Amino acid sequence: MAVATAPRADGRLEAILDQCRELAEDPDLPAVARWREQHPDGRVIGHFQVYFPEEIIHAAGMLPITVMGAGSRIDAKQADSHIGSFICSICRTSLELGLSGRLDALSGFFTLPICDVARNLAGIWGRNFPAQVSQILYLPQNATSRHAATYLRDEYQRLVGELEAIGGRPIADAALRQSIGVYNENRRLLRQLYQLKRESPWLVTSSEAYVLTRAGSVMPREEHNQILAEALAALAQRSGRRQDRVRVVFEGGFCEQPPLDMLGLLEEACYVVDDDLLIGMRWLTEDVVAGDDPLGALADAYLEHSTYSCVQHDDRKPKEAMLMARVDEAQAQAVILAAAKMCEPGLDEQVAYQKVCEARGIPHLLLEFEEKMTGLERLRMEVETFVESILFD
Amino acid sequence: MATDIRTRPPGDQEDQVVGRGRRQGSRLFRDWYGALGQADANGEPTAYVFVMGSCAEVLRAFDFHMVFPEINSLQTAVHRVSLDYLNAAEDSGYSPDVCGYVKADVGVHLRDRQHPNGVIPRPSLVIATNMCNTYVKWVEIWERMYHCPVFVLDIPGQRGIGWRANPGEAGFEADRRYVQAQLEELIELASRISGKPFDVDRLVQAMEHVNRMGAAWREVLRLNQNVPAPFNAMGDAITYMGVLSAYRGTELGAQYMEDLRAEMEERVARGLGTVEDERFRLHFVGTACYSHFRRFLELFQNWGAVFVNSEYLAYAGGGLDRGIQFDTSRPLESLAEQLLLTGQRSMSNMFFSQDQLADTVRDWHADGIVYHAVKSCRTVSTGMADSREYLVRTRDIPALSIESDLVDPRLWSEAQVKNRVDAFFEALGARKAAAAAGRR
Ligand code: SF4
Ligand code: SF4
Repeated sequence: MAVATAPRADGRLEAILDQCRELAEDPDLPAVARWREQHPDGRVIGHFQVYFPEEIIHAAGMLPITVMGAGSRIDAKQADSHIGSFICSICRTSLELGLSGRLDALSGFFTLPICDVARNLAGIWGRNFPAQVSQILYLPQNATSRHAATYLRDEYQRLVGELEAIGGRPIADAALRQSIGVYNENRRLLRQLYQLKRESPWLVTSSEAYVLTRAGSVMPREEHNQILAEALAALAQRSGRRQDRVRVVFEGGFCEQPPLDMLGLLEEACYVVDDDLLIGMRWLTEDVVAGDDPLGALADAYLEHSTYSCVQHDDRKPKEAMLMARVDEAQAQAVILAAAKMCEPGLDEQVAYQKVCEARGIPHLLLEFEEKMTGLERLRMEVETFVESILFD
Repeated sequence: MATDIRTRPPGDQEDQVVGRGRRQGSRLFRDWYGALGQADANGEPTAYVFVMGSCAEVLRAFDFHMVFPEINSLQTAVHRVSLDYLNAAEDSGYSPDVCGYVKADVGVHLRDRQHPNGVIPRPSLVIATNMCNTYVKWVEIWERMYHCPVFVLDIPGQRGIGWRANPGEAGFEADRRYVQAQLEELIELASRISGKPFDVDRLVQAMEHVNRMGAAWREVLRLNQNVPAPFNAMGDAITYMGVLSAYRGTELGAQYMEDLRAEMEERVARGLGTVEDERFRLHFVGTACYSHFRRFLELFQNWGAVFVNSEYLAYAGGGLDRGIQFDTSRPLESLAEQLLLTGQRSMSNMFFSQDQLADTVRDWHADGIVYHAVKSCRTVSTGMADSREYLVRTRDIPALSIESDLVDPRLWSEAQVKNRVDAFFEALGARKAAAAAGRR
């Protein structure tokens, strides 16, 4: 098997990656604190996974951030007495961030109907942080209804009203159009990053792409755009060389995020050429054309120009077929089918994904993960054995 | 409380009335499973639906048989064979952490739909609401197995604590239009599958039956405010709920519920409770442990406790606990409106339960709340520990937390549950004694 070596980077790129890594892992959200210093009257709105139309928060002049747990760096000491042991770790540590005061800067918290752990979070949040507006944004689960787009537009309009009440000023269409532009740029850059990952995985490791992406979830997207643009330029200049490695798709990171150590371990063994990590940030697959009705355009994009995940039911996007298309486009040889521990939708889908891989003869490895994982050495052995079995098959 | 027993059917003897709900319920249940077996043999149109948001009103108008996979799963546990089905599903790849209802059902399908109560027909149509998100994952399993049409009826729920939307207000009307449009699409689909044209009179007829059923059910629940309570909300009420789901939208169902109301009125008039000496009155949150159902109830009954109400009866009844008032002069609009209202109510009972819980404790004269967290069902269990902490802290409501499962006998630990239950009653007894002494 090829021995893994990290590609060499110039100093500036290394600094950007370090900064992004720190932002991804630091539960104290330093980027939010910095933004607050620069905007003493600015409001911060948190939202849960998976997809959220951040443009609307951005257009209100507020900072949207994704609340997505706390990785391995904190213990859910207080949250444990509020949430049972059979609940996924992202929910527990997200609450811990709140209970430990790390999210005191939030004026509002919105969760999504991706699963009922997430919906319950709205009630839990509301009971514990009554000063914050705590709500569910009801994205449609009947995506093929002829009325879904109208409904979603109405729901976005409702969100506008909530944010206007929090901020005390109206959100103009012009501001929405401008924000959509910023996010279009962001998605374009992320598409480029993923293209690079697919085409030249020796130039960017999977965890580098991950931290570069994730940094955007806690900072203004304009800043993130600059970081991405700079990083992409530097990555293209890298001098890494193609190695004889198995090309793998990682599926199962749509909500709870696997620990960075786990991603590091995977990329030591193979090229992870595509994945669904932080898929919400890449949910819209094309530029949104804001036009005369920016909210309508966002609603249309959510339904009509979007990728897939196991928390959205849409007959037009059969998930196994979508996964197979991802595998084909990335010219992957194998799939790692991961699921967060205790995650009902993830675990349910894993079975279907496994079947389609079996039917297509695609080697696949089933994994379960949680934010704070033990047994990484055992996992390393499993992954290495899996990769070797493909290489020497 | 004054009770009117005039509604008792003429000629019915008093001792035939008491226990009638359970007897009739069991018979209706057998008949229903029998009809499903026939449907399978005759290839009649069958819809798989869920107890929360079954769309019975629409399906009745097209003569669909209704299969309730949740009830099938529950029944495997009551028949003490759930583990066989769970094992079959786990052997086929489902994680031990997946909802046990889903897995017990997968087991049934892997065994050619052979169920302890008879053979379950194939689905011609599948309807899920979003009232539990696991429903949506569950229907995708049948979609793959049977390539049957799947319809997800999306009912937007309460958005947050303190959020209100009433008919006529912009927010409510936006949601109502969405639900109504989906119902129209569902009607098109049901008509296509059944090969029958839509007859609005048949819809109206089903809605009228549901109005009667809802009114009687609401009254049944209210009668349990009496001391002693005439029924155990986690005991016989599970049978009543089964009929409520399976016979919703039928004359038989409406009549059953009206008879049940008469029975409860009779019990109240005669001062009949469910335990010899009713010492404790409790409100219940969660679902029962069906793999050890009898024992589960005994642990409470042995202390002279009765469950006077249960959140389960609210959400698993699709929100019918407060009755339902279809305005049949504008059927589709009213259907959408009421599905939205009752659907929201069911979901709120799971996600934003604290105020309803406190109100129920007050109105049903409960001494405390029992929270039963089940690993299978994160929908009802995720918020429990927090809700308990909140109500103890802000309202001083005594509460007990226990943990096991719906259908997975491996997760039942009698010693652990019993210890907690006993300790709770000892503390509750002391508290009641102190309160009584304080009043003297
Ligand atoms: S990890 Fe799974 S169960 Fe947990 S909140 Fe996310 S989707 Fe829901
Ligand atoms: S998660 Fe709960 S409500 Fe949903 S299907 Fe499972 S047992 Fe039923």
